[in-house]
Amino acid sequence: MTSKLGLDPATVRTVRELARKAGEPITEMARTHTTVSVERAVLRLAGLNGADADGMPWVNRLTEAVQNSVGLEHGVALPVWHALTSGGHASLRGLAEAAAAGTVTFRLPGGDDARTARSAAARSVARGFATIDGQRAQRSRMIAATADPPKPWIYLIVATGDIYEDIPQAQAAAREGADIIAVIRSTGQSLLDYVPEGATREGYAGTYATRENFRLMRAALDETSRELGRYVRLTNYASGLCMPEIAALAGLERLDMMLNDCMYGIIFRDINPRRTFIDQRFSRQVHARAGIVINTGEDNYLTTADAVDAAHTVVVSQLLNEYFGKEAGLADAQLGLGHAFEINPAVPDSFLLELAHAQLVRELFPDAPLKYMPPTKHMTGNVFAGYLLDAFFNLCGLMTDQSILLIGMMTEGIHTPFLSDRDLALENVRYVRAAAGRLGESFRPEPDGFVATRAREVLGEASGLLRRICDEGLLNAIADGTFGVTRRPPDGGRGPEGVVKKAPEYFNPATEILDAGPPPAKNDNGPERTGEDSQAVRTPQPAEAS
Amino acid sequence: MSTDDTEPTASRAAQPGTGGPVTAGDGTAAGAAQPRSHGPRGAVRPSRPRDATASTAARARSAAGGIGGPPPRTIRPYGDTTGDGRVQVSFTLPVPFGSETERARAEGAALQLAAKMGLDPAMVVHAKGIGSDFTFFIVYGRVSHLVDMSAVTVTEREFPLLTAQEVNLRIRSELGRKFVVVGACIGTDAHTVGIDAILNVKGHAGEKGLEYYREIRVVNMGAQVGVPDLVARARAERADAVLVSQVVTQRDAHLSNAREMAAAFRDAYPGGGKPLLVVGGPRFDPAAAGALGVDAIFGRGTTPREVASYLAATLDGATRDGEPAHV
Repeated sequence: MTSKLGLDPATVRTVRELARKAGEPITEMARTHTTVSVERAVLRLAGLNGADADGMPWVNRLTEAVQNSVGLEHGVALPVWHALTSGGHASLRGLAEAAAAGTVTFRLPGGDDARTARSAAARSVARGFATIDGQRAQRSRMIAATADPPKPWIYLIVATGDIYEDIPQAQAAAREGADIIAVIRSTGQSLLDYVPEGATREGYAGTYATRENFRLMRAALDETSRELGRYVRLTNYASGLCMPEIAALAGLERLDMMLNDCMYGIIFRDINPRRTFIDQRFSRQVHARAGIVINTGEDNYLTTADAVDAAHTVVVSQLLNEYFGKEAGLADAQLGLGHAFEINPAVPDSFLLELAHAQLVRELFPDAPLKYMPPTKHMTGNVFAGYLLDAFFNLCGLMTDQSILLIGMMTEGIHTPFLSDRDLALENVRYVRAAAGRLGESFRPEPDGFVATRAREVLGEASGLLRRICDEGLLNAIADGTFGVTRRPPDGGRGPEGVVKKAPEYFNPATEILDAGPPPAKNDNGPERTGEDSQAVRTPQPAEAS
Repeated sequence: MSTDDTEPTASRAAQPGTGGPVTAGDGTAAGAAQPRSHGPRGAVRPSRPRDATASTAARARSAAGGIGGPPPRTIRPYGDTTGDGRVQVSFTLPVPFGSETERARAEGAALQLAAKMGLDPAMVVHAKGIGSDFTFFIVYGRVSHLVDMSAVTVTEREFPLLTAQEVNLRIRSELGRKFVVVGACIGTDAHTVGIDAILNVKGHAGEKGLEYYREIRVVNMGAQVGVPDLVARARAERADAVLVSQVVTQRDAHLSNAREMAAAFRDAYPGGGKPLLVVGGPRFDPAAAGALGVDAIFGRGTTPREVASYLAATLDGATRDGEPAHV
């Protein structure tokens, strides 16, 4: 079988190779540096929870105390477990409280003391990974006991700010047909350098990502999954300054998907580029271990840049996300690469252009659970026209075999969706799926027609841009405004002070476990692209097609 | 999914007299009777004066001879015939739509609401249960309300729309140096889409952003900037204008943030000469600039060119707060 678009397998191999070349220096930087949030994630995996009276988590207090005392270049684990194993502190929590009170003097152990501290740290962190592995197995059991819904999975958002309001809304959305519930985070959480604690009832345009909120929502959706006989997945955001910690919490509390993009925080939240890439590598290693599907955020580029002119930047970012994801141990089935239906409907042939872009992405990443995002930029307030545009989005998604459809709302940009908006949106996708769900198998663009030609053109532009990025370096390309038309210099943005170069004796028990590779288990979370589900003809990976 | 059960509902509602005891007529009667007894907060305005105006206007219109006469001072919604007053609304009520009785009661409830909204007659053309506790309705009806065009007030743009070239020319001739714009999203707002659309060279709606204007120097501070940081940066850059975008509106955060910013700039420039303060976002009332203490407000759909034209227009005479804008 050949590519519907006539993509040249050599070109496809080349762009992958270029993405690897562009990403490798970043990976090297991520391997040789750590951040305050990576170190706090180690403490979370070792079981340190809770916060002080001001709501500041103990992991922050303890990490700060270590940093002020001996610095973080050796990692937090050695000094912390040395303090624990040399007596006087009953638990991590007790040590954190004492450290916050200023009564602990940390030091870097050597010789036998260091060996003792290392093995104690490794044992503690291994318990965290045992919980993550157990949650992954529990997910498999839940799916076996219920059922995995057919794709495309329908992705709906809740965002009340109050977890106790979110829960009934999420359960109602699942009953109405949602396969994936995403709890939107409170605006601004990405720039908090700590993870709030406990169940939260106040947020701006969303609900805080906290361990307890994760636990409450997953428990509620388990209940609903059993009721419906269909496993309902839960999504949140491993992004922002606490990306590694949130990834760890997601694994511990069995979230199923996490938004985790290699450049989103840099470009849209002005988080320091180095900090983002270092945090991201650790968080992706944790996701790989936890069987979590990541969702990348390429759709966002098209909200600031023009969706036609910048189509190739989406492909470039997807290739980079794929490289960084695989380097961190994620399987193809865990790469929910993002893209979007954002071309101005006034542009002639806009639907054909969307088809070309969506099919291109499908063929470039045949085994990835692609996440397709609905129109937002050109939703004007004319809800009737918007409803039509959403139907075309659904049609394009089904024709090109997208895996995850975020359901478009006719009231996008006007207000948070009414109950009826959501119901109408689901009616829209159900109609298109029932009426044209198998259109993909008959969709054969002319080899030299508009759609195939456009797809090849975008791939060619992506190749050109990747070459430029390889030449000038990814950090410089980001600084030049290559993505999303926003310029972000390597030393700018939030959080650069949290980046620390590792000393030769750096020790991180979590990284050691993660680098040793995943426990033997097949990925059980990503959508299977086989079975009755893939009535649309499966498109072979072009690179393998020749 | 639209179901079989909704179809008969719609047609039943469309047929006069089949709606059971709760009909549009009943709803209207209830609605007319209730404004005073059930609307103590004054949310429902008394209907008498409006009705009086209606008949006056109707007479005025027929006197004016309808089509071809001068534009009418009072108008009503247009469905397919002048003066038919037809409108369409949709809403959800927290009532079940399961059994025959529940459906009849749900439709009755929708008609009662429609009547209180002034739709008479009203027709439920679509009703559909959402989950077990809610019903969604689409209602068509006729409103008796009139729009008095002479009482409509709008904020007209008080400056001419210029091309980029004209803006650059004016800045050169009036200022003799680059016009400095510092932009940011303040408070918790992380949605930079709006400010980026105005500032980034890429622009918005086919218009290039302010970065594209040769005579404008843009400093985009991005998301979630603290007001003190914004003031400090504006001072350091010797900003001529500060542009702030606010999308998040929970608990009117956009209003309190704008007021906080205005107060901070007043405090920081006690001798006058503070930069122009411009806020923008989809939920601002463009007429509220004075109340918020800012110089201008731009609402939904604002293009970079409008903002640039406004900035250029303020250079006429080059005074602000009674002081020379900049020396």
